[in-house]
Amino acid sequence: MFDIKAIYEASSVEDAVRLLLEHPEAKIIAGGSDVLIKIREGRMAGCELVSIYGLDEMRGVTMTEDKDIRIGSLTSFSHIYADPIIRKHVPVLGEAVNMVGGPQIRAIGTIGGNTCNGVTSADSASTLFAYDALIEITGPEGVRVVPIESFYLGAGRVDLRAGELETAVIIPKASYTGYHGHYIKYGMRNAMEIATTGCSVNVKLSRDKKTIRDIRIGYGVAAPVPMRAKKTEVEVRGKDVSEETEKLIGKLVLEDVTPRDSWRASKDLRLHLCSTLAVRAFREAVRRAGGEIDG
Amino acid sequence: MAEEMRQFRQVTCTINGKKKTTMVDVRASLTDMLRNDYRLTSVKKGCEVGECGACTVIIDGECFDSCIYLAIWADGKEITTLEGLEGPNGELSDIQKAFVEETAIQCGFCTPGFILTAKEILDSGKLYTDDELRKLLSGHLCRCTGYDNILRAVKKTMLARHKARG
Repeated sequence: MFDIKAIYEASSVEDAVRLLLEHPEAKIIAGGSDVLIKIREGRMAGCELVSIYGLDEMRGVTMTEDKDIRIGSLTSFSHIYADPIIRKHVPVLGEAVNMVGGPQIRAIGTIGGNTCNGVTSADSASTLFAYDALIEITGPEGVRVVPIESFYLGAGRVDLRAGELETAVIIPKASYTGYHGHYIKYGMRNAMEIATTGCSVNVKLSRDKKTIRDIRIGYGVAAPVPMRAKKTEVEVRGKDVSEETEKLIGKLVLEDVTPRDSWRASKDLRLHLCSTLAVRAFREAVRRAGGEIDG
Repeated sequence: MAEEMRQFRQVTCTINGKKKTTMVDVRASLTDMLRNDYRLTSVKKGCEVGECGACTVIIDGECFDSCIYLAIWADGKEITTLEGLEGPNGELSDIQKAFVEETAIQCGFCTPGFILTAKEILDSGKLYTDDELRKLLSGHLCRCTGYDNILRAVKKTMLARHKARG
């Protein structure tokens, strides 16, 4: 038995909004792989829950008319990994979510829960940041869409107001077309692990594969919330695909990131990882884009 | 919690091929329901936080940790526990036989979970490399065997089924 005060099961998205307004103290439970564990540990004991797990309308990956990729917030990691649209257009997102926990956790864990819990180590987050993903939120006033960067307000806090829930994650056509990426999760073991630091890089190369037309570098556990190495991106855009650029990335990112010491790892190790992972992820992203870095 | 405040809900699901209905406390995990209401004690209570995999069951074809799955979510679902693998005359399945043959068991606590994950993996009909199998089996902890025998048993069944298909 879980120490739960009451559970309200939503029958539709509208019903979830109504229940959330009716029970302002209640927390949303999606797959529960964070919420139920917090309850078990006592950190959320005695809480009220609004369960949205049964809302199949919030599951699945679709291609919109505008060729944006829309991922329903309740889509599990295992279904995202196996999805043909994800495999074809944003394979790196599938690879990233395939590194979450273990198989059974990936069957229950949802991309909505992974973003809404607001933690910096979320495996999907750095790649979603790297793809300039949008978050679709449904609430009493209807639907609003915000960039993922402004969705995160601080450690464990996201931009969900009274009565609102996240209903989809959207990867716009312009952010994935022509881009190739790679995500590296660094942890102490390969399974059932939370990232010490993770880095997701995607690049768009010129036609001759010699110049970087665009680059996006997303991080998890390099700051209190997932983040982008924006200063580095500006510097690197337009540079040659070369070992020199690769080294420059490894150096510049250190000015963007602000990791800290935690019981999992020291700040120094994380700084080293931020630099090394960016270089390696960049190298692989370039290779996938058809380019080559000499040396 | 005061008795009068308790919330119950009717849950109907198919368990090992049979349709079942019961009233569950909304605070129950699926592990609680399967063990307490249906006496399916192959579903082990291990870590109870989704780490060890001892409580694994198959829900609609996919393996889940039943300890972090609310019993109320099981409504309308098709669930398989280890008991569901038993043949009509109590025969063991090919996976279970391979576990016995390869000594992939010591204390047995992790075994039901491992066998159900092996069932999900092998029912896909695909051939996997050792590394892929390790990743697919990584949601289970075994403190006795060191995993090698378990991997061998799963691989052996995979190859035997492949051969049988021709």
